[in-house]
Amino acid sequence: MSEALKDGPRMLPYVSAITEGVRQVLEEQDNAFVAGEDVGQAGSVFGYYQGLLAEFGDRRIVDTPISEKGIIGLGVGAAATGCRPIIDIMFMDFLGECMDEVANQMAKMRFMFGGGATLPVTVLTMAGAGMNLAAQHSQSWEAFLAHLPGVKVLMPSNAYDAKGMIIAAARDDNPVFVVMNKMSLAMQAEVPAEMYEVPIGKAAVVREGSAFSIFAMGRMVHEALAAAKTLESLGVDCEVVDVRSIQPFDSETAVASIKKTHRALVVHEAVRFGGFGGEIVAQLQEEAFDYLDAPIARVGAPFSPVPYSPALEQLYIPNAERIVAEVKKVLGI
Amino acid sequence: MTVAKNITNKTLIDLHSCMVRIRRFEEEAGKLMEDGKIPGALHLYVGQEAVAAGVMAHLSNKDQITSTHRGHGHVIAKGGQFAPMFAELYGKSTGYCKGKGGSMHISNMALGILGANGIVGGGPPIAMGAAFSNKFRKTKQVAVTFFGDGASNEGSFHEAANMAALYQLPCVFVCENNGFGEYTRQTNHQAVTDVADRAAGYGMPGVVVDGMDVMAVYEAAEAAIKRARAGDGPTLLECKTYRYYDHVGVRGMGLTYRTDEEVDAWKQRDAINSFETLLVKQGVLTAKKIENVYARANDEIKEGVAFAESSPFPTAEDLLEDVYFVGAGS
Repeated sequence: MSEALKDGPRMLPYVSAITEGVRQVLEEQDNAFVAGEDVGQAGSVFGYYQGLLAEFGDRRIVDTPISEKGIIGLGVGAAATGCRPIIDIMFMDFLGECMDEVANQMAKMRFMFGGGATLPVTVLTMAGAGMNLAAQHSQSWEAFLAHLPGVKVLMPSNAYDAKGMIIAAARDDNPVFVVMNKMSLAMQAEVPAEMYEVPIGKAAVVREGSAFSIFAMGRMVHEALAAAKTLESLGVDCEVVDVRSIQPFDSETAVASIKKTHRALVVHEAVRFGGFGGEIVAQLQEEAFDYLDAPIARVGAPFSPVPYSPALEQLYIPNAERIVAEVKKVLGI
Repeated sequence: MTVAKNITNKTLIDLHSCMVRIRRFEEEAGKLMEDGKIPGALHLYVGQEAVAAGVMAHLSNKDQITSTHRGHGHVIAKGGQFAPMFAELYGKSTGYCKGKGGSMHISNMALGILGANGIVGGGPPIAMGAAFSNKFRKTKQVAVTFFGDGASNEGSFHEAANMAALYQLPCVFVCENNGFGEYTRQTNHQAVTDVADRAAGYGMPGVVVDGMDVMAVYEAAEAAIKRARAGDGPTLLECKTYRYYDHVGVRGMGLTYRTDEEVDAWKQRDAINSFETLLVKQGVLTAKKIENVYARANDEIKEGVAFAESSPFPTAEDLLEDVYFVGAGS
């Protein structure tokens, strides 16, 4: 390796940032372990636990049966009794198999027990369309989770956030879901080698602008940035806010952006109807109505299951072009 | 009924007292619910006392249990005190859960009670997780999950049982087969007669005992819990029992899903009565001493109810407390 490369930014793909975050948590926390389907011998179907079984052994990298109720239950029971489990739900769609364990047990246990139980459990799960995996392996269900008092929900849009959010989640004494994106696995970003946290509950302004705010979640941040570039050429100076944490949601950053730009659009990959974007819109009209010069636009997937055919899937997933079109509509240009 | 081997008189007296305390607590709770003093729904444990008493006799506060919607008996047998229990049922801030959980979520981590549970089948995965934790942390704790014949049809039970056996966890699955899943008779909700038959399918021993015989439960639970503590894996222990009261409350909704004759026939085999007969015959207890046990339970009830009634309700400030852990690590 040349000196120049050595001194250059430390670039890592999203998939390796996940591995590094989990590895550092396991090194830091003796009572942390990973449990889930194909996490050990296989190193995850997405590859992000590769090498960890050899490094930490099967006491701490635990292959489970295909039993999501059992897996989440394992996380809840272990977290309540002195462990800090990192639970893997391979595809977010599989939360359907364990909605009771998530919604009725994990999310509510602390409250139902009058604060008696503490549940430091992290759930890593993979969302998103784009791989032609069809209706049951491509969904974005973050709004379900954000609707449950008792859990926190993070959406890393890039490798830096993936690592930092996993570390923040694992250090938090609450159930935290890190909703990752499968199309982002190869995406590179600068990732420091040391441990760091991406703070839970804080959005990030990833592009400053003065004329229009785009609030984007997960992978849509990159589509929003691409849209902002196109819009710049049309003379529209867009601010792009990576929502990052949807529960808790950072309304402060969102309101500050609106006060600057007076116009906004929210975008997520999930179905538009009932998506988290609606919550953002509601909060902004409550808290910053007087600063708004136009209705807030929403971009999300259409109201249908995720289609299989590549031809249809490309029509389904929101992208930069649709963001640009909606922004233009709002501006009447 | 015969006295268990190697059992001390103190243990026999404790088992009796435990069952009486559960019976009296539940009778009183039922009355208070029907009088409108306790809000919500109570699922009462009357009739099943031998199971909670016989199993819990082998557990310390460090061992964990998960309970069911019919959970008061488990909580009492695990060391629960009447005052914070009644306070919880009243929805008062001095209750075990500060009035936020109520009957179906009554819990106490210091006593190893990982909650009653309003979801049928909610407990087994959590107990399996606690057992995983016990093994991971290399403690000698055991986790016991109580569930009914109804819950044995839930996928959550299946997944928890499979994983507990796969990982050889210190976990005991206690099925309280009271013959009904809510209002549906066992013969109408599963094809097996003995839920314990399913144990073979998970690779763990399955044991059936008479759940109206506290000595039988005590001995079978001892073996299962010893096995779990020794690291030899889980057991499915099925206790055949019966609930005298309705699914909810005492007389419940008056549904005609069973006959009075059937209930009376089970009462003839009442766990407490038959145990008292045995203990008197063995010279362990006298009629007078038994009377004292009831008197003490009644005093405890009086004090507990007075405590609950004089306790404050939680306030608006409490509403949003305890949703999340707040502090370092949040």
